[in-house]
Amino acid sequence: MKTVKSPFKFKGGVHPDYNKELARDMPIERLPLPGELVISMSQHLGAPAKCIVKAGDEVKRGQVIGEKNGFISVLVRASADGKVKAVEKRLGPAGSSADAVILETVPPEDNNPAPILPPLDWKTATREELLKRVEEAGICGMGGAGFPTSVKLNPPPGKRCEYLVLNGAECEPYLTADFRVMLERADRIRVGVEIMRKILGMCAVRIAIEDNKPEAITAMEKAFADIEGNVEIVRLPVLYPQGSEKHQIYATVGRIVPEPPALPIDVGCVVENVGTVAAIADAVEKGEPLLERVTTVSGDAVATPKNILAPSGTKYSDLVAFCGGEKEHPAKIISGGTMMGFAVSSLDIATTKTTSGLLLLSSRKVFQYGSQACINCGRCLRACPMNLNPAEISKAVEADDIKTAENAHVMTCIECGACSFGCPAYRTITQFCRRAKASIRARMAAERAAAAAAKAAEDAKKEAK
Amino acid sequence: MKPKTPENHFVLSSSPHAHANSSVRRIMLDVIIALLPTTLMGIWFFGLPALWTVLVCVSSCVLTELACRLAMKRENTVGDLSAVLTGLLLALNLPAGIPLWMAIVGSIFAIAIAKQVFGGLGMNPFNPALAARAFMLISFTGPMTTWLRPISRCCCCDATDVTTMATPLATMKRMFGVDATTSATPHFPKAMENLPSLWDMLIGNMPGCIGEVSALALAIGCAYLLWRKVITWHIPASFIATVFVYSLIAGGAPAYAQVLTGGVMLGACFMATDYATSPITAKGKLVFGVGCGLVCMLIRQFGGYPEGCSFAILIMNAVCPLINRWTQPKPFGAK
Ligand code: SF4
Ligand code: SF4
Repeated sequence: MKTVKSPFKFKGGVHPDYNKELARDMPIERLPLPGELVISMSQHLGAPAKCIVKAGDEVKRGQVIGEKNGFISVLVRASADGKVKAVEKRLGPAGSSADAVILETVPPEDNNPAPILPPLDWKTATREELLKRVEEAGICGMGGAGFPTSVKLNPPPGKRCEYLVLNGAECEPYLTADFRVMLERADRIRVGVEIMRKILGMCAVRIAIEDNKPEAITAMEKAFADIEGNVEIVRLPVLYPQGSEKHQIYATVGRIVPEPPALPIDVGCVVENVGTVAAIADAVEKGEPLLERVTTVSGDAVATPKNILAPSGTKYSDLVAFCGGEKEHPAKIISGGTMMGFAVSSLDIATTKTTSGLLLLSSRKVFQYGSQACINCGRCLRACPMNLNPAEISKAVEADDIKTAENAHVMTCIECGACSFGCPAYRTITQFCRRAKASIRARMAAERAAAAAAKAAEDAKKEAK
Repeated sequence: MKPKTPENHFVLSSSPHAHANSSVRRIMLDVIIALLPTTLMGIWFFGLPALWTVLVCVSSCVLTELACRLAMKRENTVGDLSAVLTGLLLALNLPAGIPLWMAIVGSIFAIAIAKQVFGGLGMNPFNPALAARAFMLISFTGPMTTWLRPISRCCCCDATDVTTMATPLATMKRMFGVDATTSATPHFPKAMENLPSLWDMLIGNMPGCIGEVSALALAIGCAYLLWRKVITWHIPASFIATVFVYSLIAGGAPAYAQVLTGGVMLGACFMATDYATSPITAKGKLVFGVGCGLVCMLIRQFGGYPEGCSFAILIMNAVCPLINRWTQPKPFGAK
């Protein structure tokens, strides 16, 4: 094992105010069990789970309450003992509503409950057993979109993982949850890596950490000191969006993931967030499914910023109360970080497996983007980590010219926000990109549906003959 | 910019929720700051007429902008300082002795015709100040080519009572006629004598437009813009390098003189770098800069005017959309 400096620097990127000092020195604290949890069936992008409980049901902590619904889907378990008050549509952090189980919790009878799943010894368990465990523990990527981990760990035939990249960059401003996990749960991450290597085959491991987290680098160095095989800790320069999957692969391995629909596995890489890796260790060794996570609650409008370990489904208001409440009226509430997080309309929304942060910002920290004319300054081009021409894309979308945006590779945009961040005209460039992507996706889906219908009609005709 | 938030109401907006805190106004202000040294040198050398030209151009540009926005019933954009900048740039591109009413006409043309007709800041295909200058050169050829002699600021300077004189460029144009191999002909050293000394070229002690004479002041301004990251090095460097190399190859006046006299320094650092009318990618900027330098020197050597800098930039403005099309960035991961 050795520590190296990243030899590859991607083009573009920006330096937002990180504001990490607010919460970085706050040890992880466990939230006392809230009286009510709101557990959404939509824990990530992809198909929501199918709810299998109804109002009045008694559920146990760890019991499956939502079944997998398709391939890119993750099952949902109750994150506490309790009684189902209702199953109803609730607004999620991303602004869309989905079925949610409203759970009235009851405190656990036993402080040392039996494991929910039978603990496994990863050294003797088979690859299939381990993979199945990751799936039944409901583990998904805890950093961003929440891609099902069992799908990631099971590359399609013909594809092999050569590098497992651990994402500890945490490049989003304010967030320190991954940082604390690396400090306090380094041994769990080590076990998680061993398990993942067993599932993926003995691949090389790259642990990517930004330079502004020297303590995390030290902690990882200690935990991985005696690990076998090709393992490197890669120190990355502080640059947003260093934590993006594609840029992380480039920074650590030097490979470039082709444009969508290509995935990291196409260049032999699997990227997983450090928190997820720790969750895998717990799922295997302790039989503990992914029922809780560390969320950073921060921002200048919160009394005491903290890193909180809370069951998924905890309402934002409970998290804020645990931080001593609001210091002043927040002008904006963000689920996630300031670069890619979602502004939400109320504190009644609840956490999911992917809630890495909750930010309360005063009006001094809130910016208004608008629709001023582009002055063609080129800052967005220089900032774009995907080397796109965001100015051209935004102008095209503004004029409803989606075709031009598509030709300008808008589908390659990772929606990182670096372009808008530096735009002196405060244009909502990222939003324009999203709009173009959504409209192109809708068109593609319609085209696919039309093609399928045409084929069905053709087949019917043949049949008739 | 701060949104207004009613109590108990949260701002909803799409990410990102952070901003670098840059603004159009701040950028314009930076360019104005960067132009101050050369403005002051121009006023130092050409006196009150220069000061009046600057004040008149700036105020008429601002008033025209205000009037246009009012007439079009659009929001007032005077606050972004772009009109102030256009006025200042126009003044710096005029000879100090220009009748003030002509400066006013030029300012109105710059803002109303060259900028607002196209939709305002960012939409104009040509640099407004240069378009106005070209318009004035054609309409008021005489006054636009009458150059005040710089005020003698030291006791040792000769005190002739000539108040106007030709710019060094006119001298240098004639020098192109001299083949480099036969530069020993009696005309050449004589022509050289007519050129200002290198020091005079650097500080601006020579006839010319108000803002173009002091190469040193322009270089300081340019360095400021680079440091503030308002512009990148690509256009100034490729423009100036092209002028330099061209004149080395073409012979005639010394290459440093081609760079330091006329509008090259002002054009390369402040006019060609105008955002709206120059390419957006680094590669495009290099192509653009080389093009400007080339056209400028072709005009200087073969054209009807002694100076070709502003026409060169205007011509390159016209091909800018093409350059942009050829030099699109290649996305990360694209084949
Ligand atoms: S949001 Fe898209 S266009 Fe903007 S910088 Fe990020 S990748 Fe580039
Ligand atoms: S940063 Fe904004 S103003 Fe500058 S080119 Fe991009 S969109 Fe236009």
